[in-house]
Amino acid sequence: MTGKSPEKTPVSLVNFFVFNSEYGPREGEEEKKILYYYPPNTELDKKIKDVGLCEAIIKFTETFSDNPCEAMHAQKTRQVFHQPEKDFWMVLTVSIPSSEKEKDGQSYMEFHEDDVQDSVFDAVLKQAYRMFKLFMGSFQHILEKGTAQNLKQRLDHFFSRYLQTLKLNQSDILDVYCGIHFLPLDKNTYLKIQCLINLLEATFLQVKYTAFLYNDQLVWSGLEQDDMRYMYKYLTTSLFPAYMEQELQGGSPYSSSTNVTGGPSTSHYGKFVTGPPSLTEPQNFGKIPRIFVNTGRPDEECHLLVYRALSATVCMLIEGSFQIPFDFFKSLDSFLGPQLSSLASDIGEQYARRPPSTAEPLFKYVYFNYMNLAQKTTIHADSNKKTAGSVSVPPDIMRLIGDINADISRSSNDDNETIARTQTGDYWVVGKKSDQREFYVVINQKNANLIEINEEVKKLCTSHFSNIFFLD
Amino acid sequence: MAEADSKSSGVHYVQLSKHPIRFEPVSQLTNVFFDETNKQVFAVQSQGAMGVVVKGPDDKTNINFRMEDRGEVISIKFSYDMSVLAIQRSQKSVEFMNFTEHSDRVEYSQSCRGKTTNIIGFHWTALNEIVFVTDHGIEYYQVIPEKKTLKCLKNQSGQVNWFVWSPESAVMLLSSGPLGNIINPFHFKSGQLYKLPKFEVDLPVIPKPPKLVLHERDVTMAQIYGVLYICVLRHHTVAGKLTAEIVLYHLQRENPARRSCVLRLNMSGRFAVNLVDNIIIVHHQASKTSMLFDIKSGGESDGYVTFYDPLVPASPIRPFMIRAPSIPGQPGADGQKHELELYSPNWIVFQPNILIDAKLGYMWYLKLSLEPIVSLIDDKVKLIDFLLRRKDSKMVILKVCKQMMLPDSQASLPVIAQVFDLLNAGYREYLDKEIQAQVVVPSLGSILDHLVPYTGASESTQTMDNLRGRKAIIDQSDMYTHVLSVFGDSKNIHFKFIVATLVEYIRSLNQVFIPVQHYLYELVINTLVHHHCFYQLHQFLQYHVLSDSKPLWTSTD
Repeated sequence: MTGKSPEKTPVSLVNFFVFNSEYGPREGEEEKKILYYYPPNTELDKKIKDVGLCEAIIKFTETFSDNPCEAMHAQKTRQVFHQPEKDFWMVLTVSIPSSEKEKDGQSYMEFHEDDVQDSVFDAVLKQAYRMFKLFMGSFQHILEKGTAQNLKQRLDHFFSRYLQTLKLNQSDILDVYCGIHFLPLDKNTYLKIQCLINLLEATFLQVKYTAFLYNDQLVWSGLEQDDMRYMYKYLTTSLFPAYMEQELQGGSPYSSSTNVTGGPSTSHYGKFVTGPPSLTEPQNFGKIPRIFVNTGRPDEECHLLVYRALSATVCMLIEGSFQIPFDFFKSLDSFLGPQLSSLASDIGEQYARRPPSTAEPLFKYVYFNYMNLAQKTTIHADSNKKTAGSVSVPPDIMRLIGDINADISRSSNDDNETIARTQTGDYWVVGKKSDQREFYVVINQKNANLIEINEEVKKLCTSHFSNIFFLD
Repeated sequence: MAEADSKSSGVHYVQLSKHPIRFEPVSQLTNVFFDETNKQVFAVQSQGAMGVVVKGPDDKTNINFRMEDRGEVISIKFSYDMSVLAIQRSQKSVEFMNFTEHSDRVEYSQSCRGKTTNIIGFHWTALNEIVFVTDHGIEYYQVIPEKKTLKCLKNQSGQVNWFVWSPESAVMLLSSGPLGNIINPFHFKSGQLYKLPKFEVDLPVIPKPPKLVLHERDVTMAQIYGVLYICVLRHHTVAGKLTAEIVLYHLQRENPARRSCVLRLNMSGRFAVNLVDNIIIVHHQASKTSMLFDIKSGGESDGYVTFYDPLVPASPIRPFMIRAPSIPGQPGADGQKHELELYSPNWIVFQPNILIDAKLGYMWYLKLSLEPIVSLIDDKVKLIDFLLRRKDSKMVILKVCKQMMLPDSQASLPVIAQVFDLLNAGYREYLDKEIQAQVVVPSLGSILDHLVPYTGASESTQTMDNLRGRKAIIDQSDMYTHVLSVFGDSKNIHFKFIVATLVEYIRSLNQVFIPVQHYLYELVINTLVHHHCFYQLHQFLQYHVLSDSKPLWTSTD
């Protein structure tokens, strides 16, 4: 439980598959059930066996509970199940970390079952489905438009790359929340942003929904919460980092300070993140991802056009049936460029004015609001990129938070408070849930007692979350 | 231009007051005089022997009396409180008559100085203070009715061609020089005579040999937006075509009056100028139309002078029905009703907004109707800006705003945003002044510090007057009741537009720090809830765009 063994193996992906039992109900046709299997070079026989076993487990557990089977614990692996659409099952298997131990001169492998939390990997699996759905549409939607073969192709196309990006070893409470960082902003600037977006949508009628971000923080979403949640995930973990990297390497065809639209427009900092890399090359439309959202109607296909000026980003969801002409980009650029540039510098100034946080606080916290998915963390240096070493508390503390979260989630009580102390006594972890809000405080105070910790947390609540009320 | 003409045809934005002041028309027996200071018309019959009928703006200023015929009356004027009557019958003197209830009405006289001096005219400048303008300068007297004598307060000598008097600002302009274009302004204030720097009106052509080319009829004084201007009509030739313009000289205390605005008339002929609600109305006799100029609307500046075109296409004064002149002494025998001849050669205009037809015996006040102007200004921002500076424009503004919301005449969001900003800037200004008025004790500075306005009223009462009656203030409840309520009534306005408009309004209010009323929030909330935009609603609450309030929570329950 101390996790100090240096030779511990990390959590890794064993396999991942998608199947539908209805597709090959007869013997000898089992292969048809498998829609996707990772690793792909696995022998067919093994694939069929794995799927068959899962089917059996699912069927078997159905007899005991109305709730479908969620996870299976084995000594060396952990398997999580998810049925995202009727008869479609997704299964993720990860390895249990192990380390070599010696007992009576004999070495043996010790498996750290507690290192793997069901809630975290359940979230990872569900997120995998939602990301697929965001880019490809629901399984049902694909089948309505094509065949099972199309579905297989799409699954393969998507997951063979997506699975590479998974960082299972770093998965934690943030995956469970899959929350959004909102940008704290004064009302007037916020209203200006609102008005810009309203004007944008009124001027360019093909723009159906718009989201506004500053750096990795969301300011406004015209999309429904659930759509925004996963699009936000995509933007902040994939699109933005890739774009920033390209920018840093100077890969962008035109630098940020000069605008070479060729038109009479004044210089501004705006440019397309997705879409044409340069407005002087009308043949190069760049890459514009297509995504599926459910805000207006289920599986609505849209172009995701992303435009950025300084640190402000506008994500425009454009009607999928609209063939975007090059002039559209040009007029968008001349409309958004100057206004977005000035808004971005306004926000930037507001940030510069804010006093920098001084001394390292004694405590760290994670906060999440189930109502608006707002998430805040001081435990993670960078909540999205999850670069190694960005977590500032030991892994067992992270797991403790995950466990308290799982406990609280199971509880039927809306309001909850748990205070835990690590075995070594270095850390206190306080989990608190009130109404729809949940937060965890990690306090590194060796000689504190329960009463002092309780006081500390109360103080923290009033100083940091004064505008958010906790029901006592 | 043709299009503009067709647009303005049938539109009449200038009208005559419904109830004109009637007086005995000019005839062989009757002379008619008008006093600009008290705005009284004097119908003098047989030099007063048959009676003098005085009609003023109200009943208190109406009076009938008789006086002895002592020769032809040149000019006749009451003092401010109507206790002394001044009559000029010769070029050498002015006669006075005490007019209080128990006075004996014995005349006393004051001659001008110097044998060769002739009186051009006179004006009461204050209670019992009178100024004679002669061809040799001005003589400023105090009338002492009890002693039936006058005391000289000040003299100022210098050659004078003609003069113009503005009772509103107590400023007199004297024309001198062979061309008449050297203007000497004087300001009268509590027995003191202040000489202001003289200035020269530049002339398009200087005749040889020199002769008087700048005439009294070409010069008027007008207080526009609290600033005193001298308006000079000027004819000149542009590309071989004779055209006219009105040049506004800004009268200043320390420096010679400065040419600051030019109104392009683009026509030639006879013109007359009136001022209504800070709008300069220029009547053109030949075309029988009037033009409007607003020196706060548009204009192109060359760095020194701003040039203005008519605000809207020229249009005739609204037709006016009069009864045919009835036979004097038989008021019962009314003639047939017929249309008044507009822009008649018998018309005389007086400042600021008076029009007299002496032949018919009518005196009107000019009025501006705003509704017809609405259709002539397409640019809504310009229109609202114009309307906000007008008197009694509130309902017109609200109507325009409402139109901007309706699907058939919907304005674009940037226009709506600008209009809201204009409305709220005025609203803010009003709130600020209201706070100031409560705190600051009005100070009466030297009138020379505030050359204008001067009508006896202190600056602060003027300001409050501006606030209450004059300038339109559109507050949130007005907007809610008259404009934003269409969102509830009209089913075919897209909800995105509704939300965008409401957010724009809230933004505009916030920008000038006006607390938003809860009913606006309610409107946003109801619209969002109605269209199931709960997430958007939540975001608004999160950023305190919709501030928490008690009425709000009860409405969301």
